[in-house]
Amino acid sequence: MSTDTPNAAEPDGEEPSRAELAAQVEELEQRLADVEADTADDDPKMSIIATKGTLDMAYPPLILASTAAAFGYEVTVFHTFWGLEILHEENSKNLQLSSVGNPSMPVPNVIGALPGMDRMTTRMMEKQIADNDTATIEELIDTSLDMGVEFQACQMTIDLMDYDEDDFFEGVSTGVGAATAIQDMAEADIQLLV
Amino acid sequence: MTEHETTETLDVKGQNCPMPVVKTKQSIDGLTSGEVLEVLSTDSGSMSDIAGWADSTPGVELVDQAEGDGLYTHYVRKTE
Repeated sequence: MSTDTPNAAEPDGEEPSRAELAAQVEELEQRLADVEADTADDDPKMSIIATKGTLDMAYPPLILASTAAAFGYEVTVFHTFWGLEILHEENSKNLQLSSVGNPSMPVPNVIGALPGMDRMTTRMMEKQIADNDTATIEELIDTSLDMGVEFQACQMTIDLMDYDEDDFFEGVSTGVGAATAIQDMAEADIQLLV
Repeated sequence: MTEHETTETLDVKGQNCPMPVVKTKQSIDGLTSGEVLEVLSTDSGSMSDIAGWADSTPGVELVDQAEGDGLYTHYVRKTE
């Protein structure tokens, strides 16, 4: 950098006046105050999209939702397609687990495909859940609702599956669609698709 | 293990993730600023979970943790 061009930023040699600088500082302070006012009262947000309705896949969204609520997050869980089963008061008691297509299960696919095998693997997991004192799906939903988690049941899927709004746990929101989910995701600090 | 003056004790023995953290949060909400909650857990994951939760959550502070004989004890203070 050459020393004989001290006003390189101002090629015409004119420096901003004190009043102009003061005005700029004032404007920046105002913008900072606006930004702070916008963010100050906002709790962090998490948006989860729950799309699966098997016993094993019902757990992650509920565990993460309740835990995030404990961290002070405002949480919404948008349940669509098979994810709706988790919020369905009757069906949620009978979520199934399949060993077919799941290499982590100790049952070969050819055996797992036999009639009655899904029921057996489901019963095995239910026993493990009970033996291990892992919370049940209903407990996790109740606890999450207590903590202010908003569970949303996708209206399009409700219509598609011919469910009724009364089929869901009390406190579940209905009448919401993809636009609501997008809006939640856009405003969220954490977005998850499960 | 250090002795701590605790206001309330939460017993989550036998319960697993995410319940120790979730119930700790629910209990701490019922305390007033400065009070300390004692949490008794048998979940080994609660050591990391409650420490992480207290670290990232406004208004709470981890005072101490202790483990022995399969019991994990946590002391959490409400700070606001």
